[in-house]
Amino acid sequence: MTDANRPDPFSRREFLSSGLLLASAAASIPAFLNRSALAMHAQAAGLSSVPGVPEDHVLVVVQLGGGNDGLNTVVPFGDPLYHKARPGIGIKENEALRLSGVEGIGLHPQMGAMKDLYDDGMLGIVQGVGYPNPNRSHFKSMDIWHTADTSATGDGWLGRYFDAECCGYGKGESGTAPSPASSSPPGIAIGRAAPLSMQGRAIKPVSFESAELFKWSAAEMHKTLRSGYEDLNRRGADANAKGDRNSDFLLRTALDAQISSDAIRKAVAQRPLVSYPASELARQLSMVALMIRAGLRTRVFYVTHGSFDTHSGQGGAQGRHGQLLNQFAAAMKAFYADLRQQRNDGRVMTLAFSEFGRRVGQNASGGTDHGTAAPVFLAGPMVRRGVIGDHPSLKDLDDGDLKYRIDFRSVYAGILGGWLKADAGKILEGSFDALPVLGKATRDVGR
Amino acid sequence: MLDQTMQPAGTEASTQPASIDAAEEARLTSSLKPLAKGAFTEAHARHLLWRTGFGGSAEQVALLAEWGLEKSVDHILDFEKVPGEPVQADDFDKDIMRPPTADEREMYRMAQRSRDEDKLAQIREARQRREQTDRVQVGAMQRWWLKRMIETPRPLEEKMTLFWHGLFATNYRTIENSYHMFLQNQLFRKHAVGSYADLLKGIIRDPAMLAYLDNNDSKKGKPNENLAREIMELFSLGVGNYTERDIKEGARALTGYTFEDDGFVFQARNHDNGVKTILGRTGPMNGEGFVDAILAQPACSRYIARRLYHHFVGDVPPDERGGDADLEPAQRSVLRLMASQLTTSNYELKPVLRRLFMSAHFYEPRFRLQRIKSPTELIVGAIRSLNTPPRDLSILNDATDLMGQRLFFPPSVKGWEGGRSWINTSTYFVRQNVLAFLISGKKPQGYDATADTQPFDAMAVIGSEASSPATAVARVLDVTLGQRPETAIGALREYLKSNGDRIDQSTVQGMLLLVTAMPEYQLC
Repeated sequence: MTDANRPDPFSRREFLSSGLLLASAAASIPAFLNRSALAMHAQAAGLSSVPGVPEDHVLVVVQLGGGNDGLNTVVPFGDPLYHKARPGIGIKENEALRLSGVEGIGLHPQMGAMKDLYDDGMLGIVQGVGYPNPNRSHFKSMDIWHTADTSATGDGWLGRYFDAECCGYGKGESGTAPSPASSSPPGIAIGRAAPLSMQGRAIKPVSFESAELFKWSAAEMHKTLRSGYEDLNRRGADANAKGDRNSDFLLRTALDAQISSDAIRKAVAQRPLVSYPASELARQLSMVALMIRAGLRTRVFYVTHGSFDTHSGQGGAQGRHGQLLNQFAAAMKAFYADLRQQRNDGRVMTLAFSEFGRRVGQNASGGTDHGTAAPVFLAGPMVRRGVIGDHPSLKDLDDGDLKYRIDFRSVYAGILGGWLKADAGKILEGSFDALPVLGKATRDVGR
Repeated sequence: MLDQTMQPAGTEASTQPASIDAAEEARLTSSLKPLAKGAFTEAHARHLLWRTGFGGSAEQVALLAEWGLEKSVDHILDFEKVPGEPVQADDFDKDIMRPPTADEREMYRMAQRSRDEDKLAQIREARQRREQTDRVQVGAMQRWWLKRMIETPRPLEEKMTLFWHGLFATNYRTIENSYHMFLQNQLFRKHAVGSYADLLKGIIRDPAMLAYLDNNDSKKGKPNENLAREIMELFSLGVGNYTERDIKEGARALTGYTFEDDGFVFQARNHDNGVKTILGRTGPMNGEGFVDAILAQPACSRYIARRLYHHFVGDVPPDERGGDADLEPAQRSVLRLMASQLTTSNYELKPVLRRLFMSAHFYEPRFRLQRIKSPTELIVGAIRSLNTPPRDLSILNDATDLMGQRLFFPPSVKGWEGGRSWINTSTYFVRQNVLAFLISGKKPQGYDATADTQPFDAMAVIGSEASSPATAVARVLDVTLGQRPETAIGALREYLKSNGDRIDQSTVQGMLLLVTAMPEYQLC
C-alpha cells in the first residue's frame, strides 16, 4: 500500500471534510464529535481489524448470468467428440486461441483480451467446475452457487464471510451487527439489488446501479430542500443519550449513510486512468476500479454480465455468444490495466462464474440448452495462473451432460482461506478441499 | 383422510399448565389494567392505529379519539363486522404447477426409455416455462397482497396475516408453487385473530408447509424430522422446552402427512401408528395428537404471548431463551397474564388481544414511537396516513424487496428478524426514496425517468385552517411523526422561510419530503 494517491478515507482531515463538519455545526457538542470520531475509527477498521488478516485484499465477483456455454468458452478443440457434438456452432481448431502449457484447449476467438491476461500470468482457468446432482433451473442453480449449498437455502456465502469476520457467526447462526455498516460497506454490488450471495445475517451489502443514485432522490427537486435534509440526516446520535434506543440507532445510521454516499459518489466522480470499452460490464468494472482507487475499505465488489442463455442462434466464432465473451474479456483487460496504473492490481482478485454450463450437443435451433459443469475464471497477478484441472470428458457423460471435476465450493474455500484469510470451514460448513488459488506474481505488482 | 378412531392417547395426562393462585392472578391482572376512562387521546388513537394496522390519516385518528377506547378497539378487533373484499379461490391460477397427468408421465417414461434427447429436452423446457409462469404469478400475488394492505377497511386482518406469515415462515423460493403460497395465505387469514390451536393444526396439513419442511415424503421407518423440530422450536414452544427425543417421536407422529395436488392427504400406509412418547404423553399419537401435546405445554402459551407482545408492543426479545428473568417486573407480569389468558381461552386470540389493546400498559409513553417500521408498514402506512396515490404497485413491491421484506419469500424458517435488522445504509436510502416517490411521483433509481403523474393533494394533509407557517409545520409533524421535535420544527420553518413562507401544494409537499426522510419517520 504505497499509493500516495490513495488517501486514507478515515484520516482526520478526510473525516471532517466528509460531513461531520455539518453535524458539528448543528447543535451538537464536542462530546458528540469525539464519540463519533471514535466510533468512526472502530467502524473504519471494520472487517479489516481481525488480527492477521490482510487489510487490503479485495475480491471482485463477475457473475455471468444465464448459463455460459463453457465448451465454447474454453474450447476442447483437440477432441473430435467436441466437433461431432457441435457441427454448426463449434469453434474450429484453427479459430481457437491456443493456451500455452496445455494441449488441445483454447479460448474462444473473441477472447483475445483474456488471452493477453493469460499470457501476462494474470489468469487462472479452473475447468469442469460444478456440484453433485446439478440443477438446471437458472433460479435454483444460481441460488446454489450463491448459498454454497446444494439445497439452495441459507445466507449467501459472501454474507457469511462478512458475518464471520465482523461478528464471528458461523453458518446458520444469527446475531446483529455491533454497529451499522461503516462508510466503507464490506460489500458493494453494482445493480439494482444486491445478490443473495452477499446477504449475511448481520452484515448487509450496499447496492446501486449508479453511485449518483445512492442518495436521497428528492435532493434535486428543489434547492431549498437540501440544507434541511442535511441538517436532519447528519445529526448523529447524542453522546449523552441514556441507553441505546432505536431512535439513536437510526440517527447513527442516517449519518453513516450520508458519509458512505459521499465517499462512494466522490470516488466514482473521478475519471478512470485508462479508457474502457463501451459495455455495461466495463462501466461496472470501471466504477469498481474507481472505488478501489479512492481507498474504500470494501472487501467484495459484485458485478454482473449477461445474459448467456443462448438457446438459439448462439453463433460460433462470430455471433451472439462470441460478442458476450468479447465484452467480458475486453472489460477484464481494461480493469486490470486500470488497477495496474493505480498500483492496486496485486490487491485485487477476480472470480468469474456462471450458474451452469450448457449441454454438450447443440440443439436444433443452433443453440445449446441448460447443462452442468463449466469453467471458472480467476484473474489478477496473484492468482495461480494457467489451466487448472483436466477438461471434463466428452465421452463419459451423464445423460448428455458433462460430469464436474471440481466442486465450486472448493474454489470458494480456496478464495476464502487463501486470498481473504478467513475460516473457510466455518463459513462453508463442510470440508471442501480448498483449491489452491494463489500463485507467485511473475513481475512486480502494486499491493 | 385421517382415521378418526385413532384418538391421541393421554389427552388427560400430565402437563396441564400450572394454575395461578388468586393472589397472583390479582397481581397480574393489575399489570394489564385498562386505560383510565377518558385518557384515550389522539396520541393514543394514533398508536393503536399504527400498531394494529398501518397508521391512519388525521381524520381517522380524530375519529377514533372521539369514539373512545372501547369502541375503537372493538372496531379494529371485530373486523369481521366490517365488510371487506373476500379472497376468492380463483383469484389466481391453481394449475400452473399442477402435477403431471398420467399421459404426461407416460410420455416422459417413453422418452427416457428410448433416449429421445429432443423429447426430453422439450419436456424440460416446458417445465421451465411453467416455472417461469409461476414466478410471474407469485409476483402478482405480492402486488395483490400489498394492494389489500393499502385498501383494506380491516387493517388488523392483514397485519395478523403478515404476523403468521412471519411466524410460520415458508419461502416460495423453496417450494416453487405459488398457488400453495396462496392457500397458505388464506389459512393465515382465516385464523388471523381466531384460534391459534386451530391454526397450528391447520399448518400440519398445509401443502406449502409440508413441502417447505420436507414432510411430504416422511414415511414410517424413515421419518423426516424437519417439521417436527421447527414446530416446537419456532412455531410453538421455543428452544429449551423440548428434547431431541420429542423431535424424533414427533416426526413419527407426522409420518404420512402429505399432499396431492392442492390438498392435504393422510397416507395411512406411510404413517407410523406405533406408540410414541412426546412431551410427557404416551400413546399412538398422530399429527393432531402431537399438536395437542404441544398445546398442553405451559411453554406454548408463554411463547405465543411473547411473540404477540413482541409484535404489538416491542422491546422484548421474541423468545425466552434463559427464561423471563431478564425482563423488568411489569413486562414479566404482562407476559404471564397474557399466557394465562391464552390458556384459559383455549388459545382464542381475541380475548388476549382485546385486553392488551385496552390496557394502560400498551399505551405507556416508553413504547410509543419506538418501533422500527417494517418495509410494508412504512409503505402502506405512508399511503394510508398521507393519502398519497399508491402510484405503481410494481415499484412498491420492488422496494419491499430492496428493504428486506419480500412477501412470500421470508429469508428463512425463522421469518424476518425485524427491528434494527431492517435498517442499514443501503435500505435507509431506499426507505427515503420510496417515500419521495409516493409524495412526488419521482421514480426511484433504476426505473424510467418519467415521473408518475397521479395527483397527490398535499394540502389536505394539513387541513384548510392551517394558514400560518407555525400551524402548517405542526400539522405536518403530527400526521407524519406523531411528535414535534425541535430539530424538525427548525428545519421545516427554515425551509418555509426560504420559500417566502408560502403555504401551498409545493411547499407542503416539500415539508413532507423532508419529514419522511428523517430518521424519526422510521418509527411508529
